[in-house]
Amino acid sequence: MAATISPKTRTIAKTVLITGFTLILLLMFLSPFAFMVFTSLKTPEQIGIIGAPIWPAAVATFEYNGKELDMFTVPMNTCAGSEDSSAKGNLAIVKKGTRASVFIDPDDMERGEFTCAVSWRALDRPWEFSPTFSNYTEVWNSIDFPRLLWNTTFYAIMSTIGVLISCTLVAYGFSRFDFPGRDFLFIVLISTIFLPAFVTVIPTYAFFQRIGWVGTWLPLIVPTFFANAFDVFLLRQYFMTIPREMDEAAMIDGASRFRVLWSVLLPQSYPVLLAVTVFHIVYAWNDFFGPLIYLSTNRAAWPVSVALSTFNGIYGQKPQLIQAGALLTLILPLLLFIFAQRFFVQGIVITGVDK
Amino acid sequence: MFQELQRGLPKLPTLRAYREMTPLKRREMREGLLFISPWLVGFLIFTLLPMVASLIFSFLDLKITDGITSAPKFAGLDNYVQLFQDPQIWSLQSGTRGSLWITIFFGIIALPVGIFLPLGIALLMNNRHLKGQMAFRSAFYMPYIIPFVAAVFLWGGMLNPETGWINRALMALGMPRESVPNWANDINWVYPTYVIMGIWGIGNAMLIFLAGLQGVPTELYDAAKVDGANAWQSFRKITFPMISPVVFYILVLSVVGLFQFFLIPLVVNQGTGRPGGATMFFNLYLYKTFFTFQNMSYGATMAWLLFFLIMIVTVFLFGTARYWVYYAGERRS
Repeated sequence: MAATISPKTRTIAKTVLITGFTLILLLMFLSPFAFMVFTSLKTPEQIGIIGAPIWPAAVATFEYNGKELDMFTVPMNTCAGSEDSSAKGNLAIVKKGTRASVFIDPDDMERGEFTCAVSWRALDRPWEFSPTFSNYTEVWNSIDFPRLLWNTTFYAIMSTIGVLISCTLVAYGFSRFDFPGRDFLFIVLISTIFLPAFVTVIPTYAFFQRIGWVGTWLPLIVPTFFANAFDVFLLRQYFMTIPREMDEAAMIDGASRFRVLWSVLLPQSYPVLLAVTVFHIVYAWNDFFGPLIYLSTNRAAWPVSVALSTFNGIYGQKPQLIQAGALLTLILPLLLFIFAQRFFVQGIVITGVDK
Repeated sequence: MFQELQRGLPKLPTLRAYREMTPLKRREMREGLLFISPWLVGFLIFTLLPMVASLIFSFLDLKITDGITSAPKFAGLDNYVQLFQDPQIWSLQSGTRGSLWITIFFGIIALPVGIFLPLGIALLMNNRHLKGQMAFRSAFYMPYIIPFVAAVFLWGGMLNPETGWINRALMALGMPRESVPNWANDINWVYPTYVIMGIWGIGNAMLIFLAGLQGVPTELYDAAKVDGANAWQSFRKITFPMISPVVFYILVLSVVGLFQFFLIPLVVNQGTGRPGGATMFFNLYLYKTFFTFQNMSYGATMAWLLFFLIMIVTVFLFGTARYWVYYAGERRS
């Protein structure tokens, strides 16, 4: 048999198999997003019922003679007038009973009220799709979300400005100047990646506390103006791909070193500058440890990440609010990623693959 | 990123070399130093000085609450004696296992997942039979940019023993209700829980592996095919050596990161060490020593122990690199 399968069929089969497998893997990988969206739209009642559907739903009801009647799924052969039917019908209950209950059929109102020989407690209930958007408004108002957004945006913008200015200057210094000790200093810069945060955090925290900066954004923003290893490396690698002849030509025309950076290198480096920008915005937006240690005493300055982390304590029994809050905090980095994917990918490839 | 590091530290310039420089070269040096000065100054005040300070702290008896005027008490080696006798760090007994062993034990579980899972997905992405590679690549990377706390809550919800989808799926597959895992609240399941919660962090490593894989010249595979190599042989003899620098990069960063692992237990189990003290990681203990118990000196001593351990492991990894990390275009000696 195997011999009769043409190579082309075999290729198609492989494509279907591998693409299908990857797709299933991806669906599992991203399923928490669906969990988040579904849960954030549920009512507390639905979460409390075992066997309720996983999608946001409410038990169906039917309005009859000015009253909200609950709907039940009833085997029709138990009902007077339809003993021969093998179907199940979704009926609204008029009078509840342990042996028999009185129902009406919303799809067939002319039939009127009729009795079915079932115990209403044993019946399943039909669920209908019913998203609860009030979870979002509740989270939005109860933790003063607009202020958290402002705090986080402020931190992200200020620290990104700091990183862009300082890392560009430093990367230019490392990529375009030859002097004894330069390579040594560069290795020192790279080695700071291995340094555990706490070796420097303890005295730095004590120092910031003495000068009254704990509880403000300053300990988080000021250090970004002094460059960091990853972004310097990224920018340096990119600058090194730009031919030095271009600098030299500008310098012969009388441009200063700074002018060369400004007018020759930077205009050609917009992809890497954008990569650094999007990375740092996302980094600052997601930063948890820094704000946790420096801002936990000052609620008014909290960013979204720290506020969200307190949800476990406040809303431990209300998963719908936790998930709504998580969705509100991740929407912005997600949008940024969707629009700037290319720069993320490029930046990572440079740091990871370049030697 | 680490190739230069791997060659060891370059020689420090001598004073003589500086004296022999031409005025033009000196000017270049001055300007170069001026441009890197933001980092130089930052390195001094935010890295070097604090490192020295925390080393000094470790020989003193300091609390955060101490005023600046009171003279610090000299403690000699007291902090180090306490450090090496602290059962909360070193105890080997299960039930009261020390935080260092917890960290290492968890690292041994998490490290292979952190390397092989992204490598596996990158290999899948690089498969020529896969359609829509670009879209898949972005989708697998995407969770990496989700705020850490949000990601922990999403997975925390998925892994909720009663309402989470994972246990619902296990029950749908026929597992009885009473035997489904209690995840973050069960001493045997809490580490797998953390590993699962960390899965969304693989995007970075996956992209780097993928870029490495795409950089392998296809002629090498063709040549291997001609020589009759099977898939495993060409992975072992071509793919792996060619991507070994990126494997090394991910490995080193993962090890350094795992030594400092503590944010997930801090958020998921509120930093209490629950269940049964199994999640009191070294860095968590250090965090609590400093921020909760305000013991600056002991915190600094622990930080230096951590720094020292990371340094040993990193130097060891760099030492092994010459046996298995291959940089194309570099002559092997």
